[in-house]
Amino acid sequence: MPQLTTEVAQHSLVIEIGGMPVRVNTNDPGFLDLLQNRYSGFVNDSKEAEIEFDVELAPPNPADRDADVEVKYRFGRWSLTRGDFRAEWEPSARRGWIRQSANPYSIDAVLRIVHTLVLARQGGFLMHSASAIRNGKAFLFAGVSEAGKTTISRLAPPDVTLLTDEISYVRRQGDGYVAFGTPFTGELAKVGENVSAPVRQLYLLAKGRENRIDPVAPGEATRSLLANLLFFAKDEALVQATFHSAFEFVNRVPVSRLTFVPDVRVWELIG
Amino acid sequence: MTKLYVARNPRVAARSLDGEMMIMSGRDSTLFTLNKTATILWQSADGSTTLDEIVKLRICTEFEVEPAEAMQDAENLARELAGHGILQISEAPIPQGKAVAGETR
Repeated sequence: MPQLTTEVAQHSLVIEIGGMPVRVNTNDPGFLDLLQNRYSGFVNDSKEAEIEFDVELAPPNPADRDADVEVKYRFGRWSLTRGDFRAEWEPSARRGWIRQSANPYSIDAVLRIVHTLVLARQGGFLMHSASAIRNGKAFLFAGVSEAGKTTISRLAPPDVTLLTDEISYVRRQGDGYVAFGTPFTGELAKVGENVSAPVRQLYLLAKGRENRIDPVAPGEATRSLLANLLFFAKDEALVQATFHSAFEFVNRVPVSRLTFVPDVRVWELIG
Repeated sequence: MTKLYVARNPRVAARSLDGEMMIMSGRDSTLFTLNKTATILWQSADGSTTLDEIVKLRICTEFEVEPAEAMQDAENLARELAGHGILQISEAPIPQGKAVAGETR
């Protein structure tokens, strides 16, 4: 009797960022290799995953290439779309799928979005900031593009462990916060170390003519933090949760302005 | 003159920090920082107190301002905040605590 079905080899790996393992399944070994390289240091052999995504590779759709990201929750599922991908994730089933071309950027965006959604309900967030560990404590350096995130990362001395030069991963833990390394890179294009430490300080970056640290009023600190948070979902409950998380963070973590000139001496002020 | 009732929209997030009231619209994530007058209006907007009572009892006692002028400013402010979805305005009392339930997950 002829065989009616063909068994397709399934390849998978677990990408663990911020202590949250996400399994990615694909039937394309080339794409698996691409992910192995892209998330080097964040891939493990864990059998357990909190979320599992099946990736279906498809040719890019030039018609939708520039469409903005849209994240919606309906009928128990998150729908994530952008010009270069479509994805769905059903939290109760802990499963989802991603349709994209064979590139690392689309799945990177999906992972960022999924992590923001999970963190929002747990009092944490992703933030536009560099972060690094020194003397067992994590320091965050927040700012918009050109504020100096890459520069401060590049200037870090050897005793500093870089967590990221672009997107910091912050979790609530007890009365404080913990920063984790991320593979989300900026101009430095250097994946962070997959380690974590309690957050000691948030610095709002400003380039200037001298190195100095100035206090920041709580209101300004909160506004600056909110302005730097990554959040994509049009969802009232999660928007409110993220808003309150920013206040809780400012209540617990000192926030200062770090004005610096681009040389290594700025690190004499940190840690 | 028509009585106006104002109520805080339960679908926004609000926190006070060092006397500064900050509000975020759940609809579009816009962040608002209220000045002192707007903060008093927000805090007094319980849905059962009329706008002119708020002006007379809370705003005119806090700031040296003529009641008629304060009332006009307060109404303009209330309508502006309502336009952003922060306040609700009605000619009848507004029951509180009736936020639209979202899906649970």
